[in-house]
Amino acid sequence: MTGPLLEVVDLTMHFPVREGILLRGHKVNRAVDGVSLAIMPGETLGLVGESGCGKSTLGRCISRLYSPTSGTIRFEGTDITRLGRSALMPFRQNIQMIFQDPMESLNARHTVGEILEEPLVIHRLGDKVSRAKRVRELLDIVGLPARSASRYPFEFSGGQRQRIGIARAIALNPRLIICDEPVSALDVSIQSQILNLLIELQREFNLSYLFIAHDLAVVKHVSDRVAVMYLGRIVEQAPGEAIYRGPVHPYTRSLIAAVPVPDPHREVKREVIAGDVPSPIDPPAGCHFHPRCPMAEPRCRQEVPLLREVDKQHTSACHLSPN
Amino acid sequence: MALLDVDSLVTEFVTDEGRVRAVDGVSFTVEEGSTVGIVGESGCGKSVTALSIMRLLPQPMGQLVGGAVRFRERDLTQLPLEAMEQVRGNDIGMVFQEPMTALNPVHTIGRQLTEVMLLHRDFSADQATREAVQLLERVGIPSPDIRMGEYPHQLSGGMRQRVVIAIALACRPALLIADEPTTALDVTIQAQILELIKQLQSDLGMSVVLITHDLGVIAETCDSVVVMYAGRVAEQGSVYDIFDRPAHPYTRGLLSSIPRLDTRPKSKLSVIDGMVPGLLELPSGCRFQNRCQHAVPACGSTDPVHEQIEGSHCVSCLRWRDL
Repeated sequence: MTGPLLEVVDLTMHFPVREGILLRGHKVNRAVDGVSLAIMPGETLGLVGESGCGKSTLGRCISRLYSPTSGTIRFEGTDITRLGRSALMPFRQNIQMIFQDPMESLNARHTVGEILEEPLVIHRLGDKVSRAKRVRELLDIVGLPARSASRYPFEFSGGQRQRIGIARAIALNPRLIICDEPVSALDVSIQSQILNLLIELQREFNLSYLFIAHDLAVVKHVSDRVAVMYLGRIVEQAPGEAIYRGPVHPYTRSLIAAVPVPDPHREVKREVIAGDVPSPIDPPAGCHFHPRCPMAEPRCRQEVPLLREVDKQHTSACHLSPN
Repeated sequence: MALLDVDSLVTEFVTDEGRVRAVDGVSFTVEEGSTVGIVGESGCGKSVTALSIMRLLPQPMGQLVGGAVRFRERDLTQLPLEAMEQVRGNDIGMVFQEPMTALNPVHTIGRQLTEVMLLHRDFSADQATREAVQLLERVGIPSPDIRMGEYPHQLSGGMRQRVVIAIALACRPALLIADEPTTALDVTIQAQILELIKQLQSDLGMSVVLITHDLGVIAETCDSVVVMYAGRVAEQGSVYDIFDRPAHPYTRGLLSSIPRLDTRPKSKLSVIDGMVPGLLELPSGCRFQNRCQHAVPACGSTDPVHEQIEGSHCVSCLRWRDL
């Protein structure tokens, strides 16, 4: 049994918030507040949650676009949490990202060829000729014609641009790709094309994914395991099938119940949860979900529930979860 | 007699590259008290259809060039502007996708709500304020008295959308047109808003036209469905016709390409190859032919007629009988 490719232990990312006319107020946005997770080689961990729950921040901490406040990120056993720029280089090669909006993440002034070549140049791989060959190869892998190399991002549709984003992410043969809402800006008929491509690439190159999205059906489709995040914390984690068939945490349950199902025969009986997601600046004490929770008890207002095992490979952070 | 009868609507835009027909012969009816869903991908003309009905097309580029929009047997396309202003807000309310842009950021919630009532109904300022507070309460906004004096930025996205709905309902319209009302919202908030629209509809006996790209939302809220593709109606019928007996290859493709909570993880999703043709480069004949698995040479030369299958179920496909 090999160890996990990525291991995150008790990670926090706090952003200072300055307030008042003189910007002297000191509050803290606890975007990520004590998250632990692991991803095995070739595995997809889905990360689902509503806007502001900290899922994108977590992704950016792992790829070290942000420097986390505390906690540990280990990649193949090496602690990369505090590594400096140059020491981080070999890890950057192994951890790549795909962003939501490919129009914003692709440099509009560069041709697709230049965009795809850039990571190779930065990491000093190959010469001009071999890099050009690699660019053609990448375009072919993601299903774009070779002539795309000399064209600019605006000449492509949303789905094709996301293919370019994917080609750039796999250019360096990474082990782990952090996909941050990779299909949420795309139309339904294009979305399935991109999901199929991501699944194929994973099989072919034994990639691991951290797949971040708000759409539970999409996350469940691509993931081996799913983690549900709420206000900076993971509240439930389990294999995809288990989380859908037997969600334990009340938040996961309401999230699943809220997903509209494309079947007019299904009797809609929703436990619609009231209220909005509170601000991560002054999160509710105890269990963050208690103000919206239909089952909340007095202790939920005081004690923070810890993630504990409710079943094999299935953890939930709720005082009321069965043991 | 239907409340709204859209008959062969044609809308064109004048662009630098020539005239573009964004809506090409769209017809559907909305019965008293029913909900009609218009579904399609970006650029299919669903929003332009709504704007054409309301005569809110961007001027001077957007032009209604043909067809009729009969609302209570009056053709809205022929009304003088002043009469149309009486219809908007008073008889037909509209809810837009992005509540932040639909609300005026420098006016209080109260002022924006009472404005509609002072304009369309014979209310004194006091009456309008009282009615406004009641409306806010009705759409589920806590402490409505306080909210009246607040500005849009002080509310969350879900709350803003509730305010927009309250404004649209201020004059008890007979018809509500909601253009992607929940697309910018999280799933749990989306469930709240859809529930609210449904409840208000049954309480007030209102008809609703719901425009969305989400087939799940359609299945859960609509009585009948119009599927649009590249400016034309591909198929229409009752929600059961569309989901149980889809006849158009595009409708079938859409339905089978969405990942559902109960599909097998990492299984290959069926896809609709290629992408929607641009409005400037529309093929002759059927507009879906370049992506259709069942296309035959005749599809490229003959415009498919909108044929009745059974009852209200109609389809625009040459080959629907063979499929």
